Amino acid sequence: MQGQQRFLIWAALAVAIGMPIALAATSEQLAWRGPVYILAGFAGIIALGLVLVQPLLIGGVLPGLSAYRSRRIHQWIGGALAFAIVIHVAGLWFTSPPDMIDALTFSSPTPFSPFGVIAMWAIFAVALLAALRRRLGLRLRTWRFIHIPLAIVIVACSVVHCLLIERTMETVSKAALCVLVVVATVKVMVDLWRRRALRGESIAQQ
Amino acid sequence: MTPLALNRRNLLIAGGSVLASGVLAAGTSGLLLPARAEGLTPTESMTGGANNYRKGAPIVERIGKGGFWMSGTVRRAGDGAPLAGQRIQIWAHTVEGQEHEPQSHGATLTDKDGAFRLEMPQIIPIFGQPHGHLAYDSGEFKTVFLRPIMRSAKDTSLKAHFVLQPA
Repeated sequence: MQGQQRFLIWAALAVAIGMPIALAATSEQLAWRGPVYILAGFAGIIALGLVLVQPLLIGGVLPGLSAYRSRRIHQWIGGALAFAIVIHVAGLWFTSPPDMIDALTFSSPTPFSPFGVIAMWAIFAVALLAALRRRLGLRLRTWRFIHIPLAIVIVACSVVHCLLIERTMETVSKAALCVLVVVATVKVMVDLWRRRALRGESIAQQ
Repeated sequence: MTPLALNRRNLLIAGGSVLASGVLAAGTSGLLLPARAEGLTPTESMTGGANNYRKGAPIVERIGKGGFWMSGTVRRAGDGAPLAGQRIQIWAHTVEGQEHEPQSHGATLTDKDGAFRLEMPQIIPIFGQPHGHLAYDSGEFKTVFLRPIMRSAKDTSLKAHFVLQPA
């Protein structure tokens, strides 16, 4: 890959994640909100950005990273994602405990809350299983069998959660980031599935 | 036997009358609904309506510096009679404070027509939705908590209606 192309891919990723954060930071609404609520909101936005990076790392889309390093970074970012969600939920709980309790017990009036809570549990489940994978003796196939459906749940629920929330993110940059998350996930999963199907075919022919 | 004339005019007339009878049926059933034997049904509390409620906020002329209008009506279940002198408490996250803070809360009384109207600071979207909170919690009727949502965060007014049943 040429240097210019490498630069463009990294720059595009930086804009895709940096732009929604920057635009949310210029929101007039921030003046009326408490610092903890603002922190919780940005933890959520950063989490969505991290969800975009995850499939790109696994798909080998990001230039200059070996497959091994991509996988290691994917694991670290998974941990960071779980941490960002803890900050997000804790900050919202601090701001208004009854609203957060409603959300966590699936009795919230806001339609986006259950999607966020489902995504949260899926993220925690993946993080926990990833941490215990060796100890549990999970084989790669078993691990993928668990991780891929949970990853789909995380992506789908996170995107719906974000799109339904009003006035935390700027609308256009939010929609763009959500589209990128979905496209990246679908592309990488289809590629992986195809690659494995091809491999299966070549083994069968031997 | 008269031949059935299938021309454009006849079709339009037939179609129009079908449409009209449909609209009429829908319209009358809608109009007749409140007059059924059980009468006006009481308002149910909304989920999350009681969040950050502080019992006993004072009756005020205006909450904070104002600029936003919360209004509505209070009626009796069954016959729909307007209820005068009922205390309605209102709170929200506004430009002057968070939902749980005392300065964000205030109460007002309904007039002889069962209507209330209280000026308060501009509501801003919080927890993903621009919304307000209202409570009837005086004991004579069953307590009701409402949580209406604004169509747009730029709206400068919001309405909520109570139909109360005896406690």
